[in-house]
Amino acid sequence: MLKVLFFALVVRPFLLVVTGNNVRHGERLPRNGPAVVVANHNSHLDTVVLMSLFPSRMLARVRPVAAADYFLRSGPLAWFSRNLIGIIPVTRGGRAAGDDPLAGVSAALEEGSIVIFFPEGTRGEPERFKEIRSGIFHLAQKHPEVPVVPVFLHGLGKALPKGAFLPVPFFCDVFVGEPVERPADKEPFLAGLKARFEFLRAEGTFPEWE
Amino acid sequence: MNEILERIPQGPLLYVFLGVLGLLAVAEVLGFVLARARPEKDFSELRARVRSWWLMAGVFMLAILVSRAVSLVFLAFLSFLALKEYLSLIPTRRADRSVLLWVYLAVPFQYLWVWIDWYGMFIIFIPVYMFILIPVRMVLHGQTEGFLRATGTLHWGLMTTVFTLSHMAYLLVLPGKGDMGARLVLFLVLVTQFNDVAQYTWGKLFGRHKVMPTVSPNKTYEGLLGGIATSFVLVYLLAPYLTPLTRNESLVAGFFLPLAGFLGDVSVSAIKRDIGVKDSGTLIPGHGGVLDRVNSLTFTAPLFFHFLRYLHY
Repeated sequence: MLKVLFFALVVRPFLLVVTGNNVRHGERLPRNGPAVVVANHNSHLDTVVLMSLFPSRMLARVRPVAAADYFLRSGPLAWFSRNLIGIIPVTRGGRAAGDDPLAGVSAALEEGSIVIFFPEGTRGEPERFKEIRSGIFHLAQKHPEVPVVPVFLHGLGKALPKGAFLPVPFFCDVFVGEPVERPADKEPFLAGLKARFEFLRAEGTFPEWE
Repeated sequence: MNEILERIPQGPLLYVFLGVLGLLAVAEVLGFVLARARPEKDFSELRARVRSWWLMAGVFMLAILVSRAVSLVFLAFLSFLALKEYLSLIPTRRADRSVLLWVYLAVPFQYLWVWIDWYGMFIIFIPVYMFILIPVRMVLHGQTEGFLRATGTLHWGLMTTVFTLSHMAYLLVLPGKGDMGARLVLFLVLVTQFNDVAQYTWGKLFGRHKVMPTVSPNKTYEGLLGGIATSFVLVYLLAPYLTPLTRNESLVAGFFLPLAGFLGDVSVSAIKRDIGVKDSGTLIPGHGGVLDRVNSLTFTAPLFFHFLRYLHY
């Protein structure tokens, strides 16, 4: 409830002025869970933009995966992350310690959630792709029936890049792709996902930003 | 209750509003009949355009009716959207992020000068103060590579989307009785947009000889001249009714307004071609972006304003 209000009164009006998204192929977004939405990650705005693509009545079940060490590091931020955004916290480097870092994500998918997942792991340099990490592959293997929908975002890294405090208004592009193919091996899966992002990016013309 | 009644437009304003709604209704019917008569052709873009026109005309009319404050906020927001579209289209430097914030800040200030009717500041704020502020803020971060391009493009954008369009807002605060401000804005916007449609229609129907093939391949002499002639008649009929212009002055305005609209349109087209995009945005279905819709106004607004001000204020 708090989350829906927060989006209706704060996030949506803010995004209307600051980003004003140009959404292409919005009809390809999953209508109900479980589903995984994967996107390139350049800005804190990415998460709220992706969440705001869904209508208010679905918001409670739209949950972004976020690093526990970053988003739960202080009391107010943890409260914000849990109650207003509804993150699924994951522990980075958990696999080395022997536990399944994606257990929380699996549980959310089993409850029928739409999970937002940034396969690059962390925000990269603005408007650049980073290497896709293997987490998304393991998640897709574990839930073969759940669709993985790629979304290419452009402009949010210009509006609010890593390390910046004040957002600068830019029109931003959100290109939604078809669900990705599911090869059984890691390398082809990750290569296919990366190619899908490149394909979506090629739909737009973007001015240089250096 | 009385206050609400007073807001309802009367006289010329009311009749022109009704005329606009009538024109849109004709266009809607025409789109429907065409789609019925020739099912093999695709009229969906035409009909999307007309549908967007209803919305734009409705929002615009409401905005200029409700109150001066609402009109100014509406026009300031229009400038902001056009500026945002422009800044999203052009190449910008990462180092200029904070400069862009200052550029955006010019919008509320420019419209504040209009609101408090400070003409002297209104007319020099962007040409002088922003002209100086932008490079000064830029040398502070010290990146010289691309400096000239950045100062040039940012200032050009402010002039086009904020300075020129704010002249439309200044029409609202010119001294005059009753609804004169709203009538002037309505006249300017109606003539400019009508001229766009007239040139487009004449060009579609009779266009043969290209007028600026490298800039805008769809613009023809037939469209240009037919559009100017049609708009000339509209200005001649409407100007004495909605504005303080005399019949003779309307003859002059009837010639230069449609021509200025055309030149504003092709200037923005040249920029889009330079950047390599067809539309400036996707905000208005069938039309493209905000900049695509206000491109003609960027030239007609200041020219009409200064013509009027020189002769009558």
